[in-house]
Amino acid sequence: MTHPIQIILMRQLASYLSVPVFLVDPKGNLLFYNEPAEIVLGRRFDETGVMPAQEWSSVFTVVDDSGQAVPPSDLPLMIALTKRRPAHARFFIKGLDGAVRHVEVAAIPISGLQDEFLGAVAIFWEVAA
Amino acid sequence: MTRVTLFGTRGSVAAPGPETAGYGGNTSTVEVCGEDGTLLVLDAGTGIRRLGQQVPRSISRIDILLTHLHMDHIQGLGFFAPLYNPAIEVHIWGPSSSTLSLEARLSRYLSPPLFPVHLRDLPRLTCHQLPCALFEIGAFRIRTALVCHPGPTVGYRIEAKEGVVTYLSDHEPALGLRNGRWPGKEWISGYDLAVDADLLIHDAQYTDEQYKHCLGWGHSTYRHALEFAAQVGAREMVPFHHDPSHDDATLDRLLEEALRQSRPGFKLSQGREGAVFQVGAS
Repeated sequence: MTHPIQIILMRQLASYLSVPVFLVDPKGNLLFYNEPAEIVLGRRFDETGVMPAQEWSSVFTVVDDSGQAVPPSDLPLMIALTKRRPAHARFFIKGLDGAVRHVEVAAIPISGLQDEFLGAVAIFWEVAA
Repeated sequence: MTRVTLFGTRGSVAAPGPETAGYGGNTSTVEVCGEDGTLLVLDAGTGIRRLGQQVPRSISRIDILLTHLHMDHIQGLGFFAPLYNPAIEVHIWGPSSSTLSLEARLSRYLSPPLFPVHLRDLPRLTCHQLPCALFEIGAFRIRTALVCHPGPTVGYRIEAKEGVVTYLSDHEPALGLRNGRWPGKEWISGYDLAVDADLLIHDAQYTDEQYKHCLGWGHSTYRHALEFAAQVGAREMVPFHHDPSHDDATLDRLLEEALRQSRPGFKLSQGREGAVFQVGAS
């Protein structure tokens, strides 16, 4: 089934950006992540394909500034998905490549013309050391 | 048998004149007639005026399906005679925006000072917002979806028992292709509307050279349109929404080049005003 045009256009935009972008459907399935996001995840999108929420939210380890683990439900993308509102956070993330990155993440729900919920998108920004 | 007649095939702006007399200068309008007499009109470009003059007297309902509200797709609306005939029920289907209903958006054009008659003064008019779930008009089952074009724009898949007609008049499915590679079908704008269509009427406004300067404007090249048709497995494709600068000789050349370069596995018939296609004819 063809994705809604908003999701197709979001993927196209993401594929031309230098910041990591993650795109999920209303069920939380990770539909797409761009090449910069592949570095964060430590996996190529071509290898993983679509990933369910439980899988992608546990692929990386996330801790806050005080070193406390951040539960998946508190990740901005999960908040945008479940509460359908924008969310923002700053934390440390350890991807499959083993590197720890200090990142800021902003996520927004994607709502169609008639307010239909189509998914959510998260943009990562690495905090300068 | 579904009969499809092209009344306007031009894009952007009407382009009448001796140079375009062969393929026509009117903007987008297509008539789709069902076996049971159901009459659909796809878009209300300048071609709809002539269509309106040929509506059989027996018709009591006409459905106008608008892809979007750019001027070349609605300019003829006020000159469609059945709109003023109280014996005919006219239904207009088209996309709303996030803030305005279809009726409110159309009223921006069909009201003074741009037009002397108010939309609300038309005798038997009903507006329907799109996109919506599958709906039926007479013998037709109609599917719509938003497609890649600036502003709310839909494409139509019109199914009858004899076959499928897909209308994607303004469509840039190739926007964002990397290295010319098409993504999986679920990532192609308009795919579900056009898959296995018996007749695909598709935007083919630009040459490759023009497209370099018009990327993101919401239109296709001949090459992209043919590749899209191949992706969806269309049986016949009609290049449509001709650029106003393309005269008859240019359109002949573009079709020849497309046939030579792409060798499509489907029938390719240039979009010519007056052309009639019989879907379901054996």
